Amino acid sequence: MNDKMEIMNGGKALMKALEREGVKEVFGLPGGANLPMYDELYKSNIRHILVRHEQSAAHMADGFGRVSRKPGVCFATSGPGATNLLTGIATAQADSAPMVAVTGQVPVNMIGRDAFQESDIIGMSNPSVKYAFQPRAVEEIPEVVKKGFYIAETGRPGPVLLDIPKDVQQNEAKVTFPDEVRMPGYHPWTDIDMVNIERAVDLLLSSEKPIILAGGGTIISSAFAELQSIAEMLMIPVVTTFKGKGAFPENHPLSLGPIGMHGHAEANKIMTEVDCVLAIGTRFSDRSVGTFEEFERNLKIIHMDVDPAEIGKNQTAQVAVVGDVKASLRVMLKLLAKKVLKKSDGNNWLKHVNEVKDYWRENLKLHPGEMSAAKILRKLREVLPKESIVTTEVGQHQMWASLFFDAIHPGTFFSSTGLGTMGWGFPAAIGAKVARPDVAVVDIAGDGSFNMTENSLATSVLEDIPVIVFLINNYSLGMVAQWQRTFYDRRMIGIDLKKCPDYVKLAESYGAQGIRAQSLDELGKAVKAGLNSDVATVIDIPIDPEEDVLPFVAPGTSLKDMILPS
Amino acid sequence: MSVMWAILSIRVENKPGILFKVTHLFRARNFNIDSISVGVMEDPEFSKMTITTVGTEKQIAQIVKQLDKMIDTIEVKRLDEKESVYKELVLFRIKSNEESTSTEISKLADTYGAKIHNGPEGSLIAELTSTPDKIKAFEELIKPFGILDSARTGVTAL
Repeated sequence: MNDKMEIMNGGKALMKALEREGVKEVFGLPGGANLPMYDELYKSNIRHILVRHEQSAAHMADGFGRVSRKPGVCFATSGPGATNLLTGIATAQADSAPMVAVTGQVPVNMIGRDAFQESDIIGMSNPSVKYAFQPRAVEEIPEVVKKGFYIAETGRPGPVLLDIPKDVQQNEAKVTFPDEVRMPGYHPWTDIDMVNIERAVDLLLSSEKPIILAGGGTIISSAFAELQSIAEMLMIPVVTTFKGKGAFPENHPLSLGPIGMHGHAEANKIMTEVDCVLAIGTRFSDRSVGTFEEFERNLKIIHMDVDPAEIGKNQTAQVAVVGDVKASLRVMLKLLAKKVLKKSDGNNWLKHVNEVKDYWRENLKLHPGEMSAAKILRKLREVLPKESIVTTEVGQHQMWASLFFDAIHPGTFFSSTGLGTMGWGFPAAIGAKVARPDVAVVDIAGDGSFNMTENSLATSVLEDIPVIVFLINNYSLGMVAQWQRTFYDRRMIGIDLKKCPDYVKLAESYGAQGIRAQSLDELGKAVKAGLNSDVATVIDIPIDPEEDVLPFVAPGTSLKDMILPS
Repeated sequence: MSVMWAILSIRVENKPGILFKVTHLFRARNFNIDSISVGVMEDPEFSKMTITTVGTEKQIAQIVKQLDKMIDTIEVKRLDEKESVYKELVLFRIKSNEESTSTEISKLADTYGAKIHNGPEGSLIAELTSTPDKIKAFEELIKPFGILDSARTGVTAL
């Protein structure tokens, strides 16, 4: 160890530790309490991507992390810089995204004295981080960085906060960089649970109307091939949670799409008929299953998850398999291969499922206008290369994307599904583009959400990270408007955004490309122009402000109570 | 579902902020803390927290899992009441102006194995280490004399 010992300041120790973790980019905004680390960032080989608001830095790191499956890194100063990060940190926590957030803090001897720009970010962030460190000496920095990355990316991923007092960034000390760290209370991986995998196989094979429910954990552990092999071997239909969208190709004959509040009609209908569900990497969110009691009533649940605390939290499982779902599914696949002699593609259950699917695909009533949500999103799918990455904001456009935009390539669809953070999609798209500069990245946005982080256009243009904002514009906070129309007898309040701003001019003022698309033909051309553009493209797509998202499972009701378009 | 009482024994790293995180977890997840006691273990690297809680079987199982998930917890055990020793120390300051009351209180204290100390202004302080039920019973008996103040440590258990 001694030969690695070097004298340096805390800021430099941080940069070296980040470089050792393979970090090439950080998203951030400097301020008083993180200037010493920025001075070392200046001298390092790490690229700094300047944001206009710290929340966007966190979302960019989040988008980067979800796509690359390595922690995205964001920097902010103390006080308001740190509190601005919080929404982004909580978003990453709710969706199990790997992230390392580094904040400056007031000097150690000022902590607790209500110093200028002091906030107790360790205390504030506690329920929203996987772990937080506040190193009080330079020597601790390499170890907390190593631990932070290990915690953020292993097991169920999540955000880790490193809160570094200014003097700890500045002081010099002899530091060593560990290759391994020890955390006696952290056991992210468990052994393969053979006994329960065997029980799961037996339960699955003995059921008459099985289904696979793929959650976000399927995407996080890249269990795409295993999922598809099992579905095809058993000829079992596959639904996903909204977060699991993209776990299974939505153009596959066995795919029924997402279930839930705004799930596909056929997915929700079939979900109420099944007798056994193989649930992979899901926490059974209320948005996915409706009321917990009703969902599990007539159902045997096989629950696979890397997080033991998810077992039995929202749903009672007959068989629980704790562990990395990819590893567990591999073992399951081997066991199934021995037991299943031939593909049972002619079974009555699948026949029924296909009838229901065909019926709803043909008969779901859609908005009649040319620029209806379904038509514009299907147009986007038609024009956009299949390997492109899509993010969304939060609201009606997001649920329309769930309904009408098919995610085909594995792991190409990302959204703030847990915390439901408006403003997430655009900065997350920028982060995704940094992780995957080789593919197109599109943020399917609504105007209300885009307003929240639209100043990231500056980052996109000036840092040369071109993405497309597919702005479905109903000049309102559309989802709130829909709830006011549906549940509050049209007492409309606080939802009218008027025609402000003009998004074409807004885009142009940032040096981005702004295009208004008022027909499907114009829309197709605009997306192509975006794909060929060197700068960000905002496509403003005015739609009917009264268009609702349907089907709809109202909050506090169950999937069988789904409201259909009339 | 019936509500039950449970004793949780949690070995944690002896670092600042962990008590905050454990109690925060209970608040954030809508669990109850009935009592809590903390002390450093024989190896000063670790502390032992003993938390008593009430909840349904499902809730208690979930509390154990969420505590176990915390990186700072090394070991989380739910203690079996029948197979463990669990005790709490309580101090009651009791009104006792007359010789006769003092004798009566001393007698009660003897039956429960409580020690009697002289308190300020003619009061007595009863010190009792026992199970929460027995403490409750003792408390009921001394109540008529007038309890001026009390303090308890929370249950600790092995």
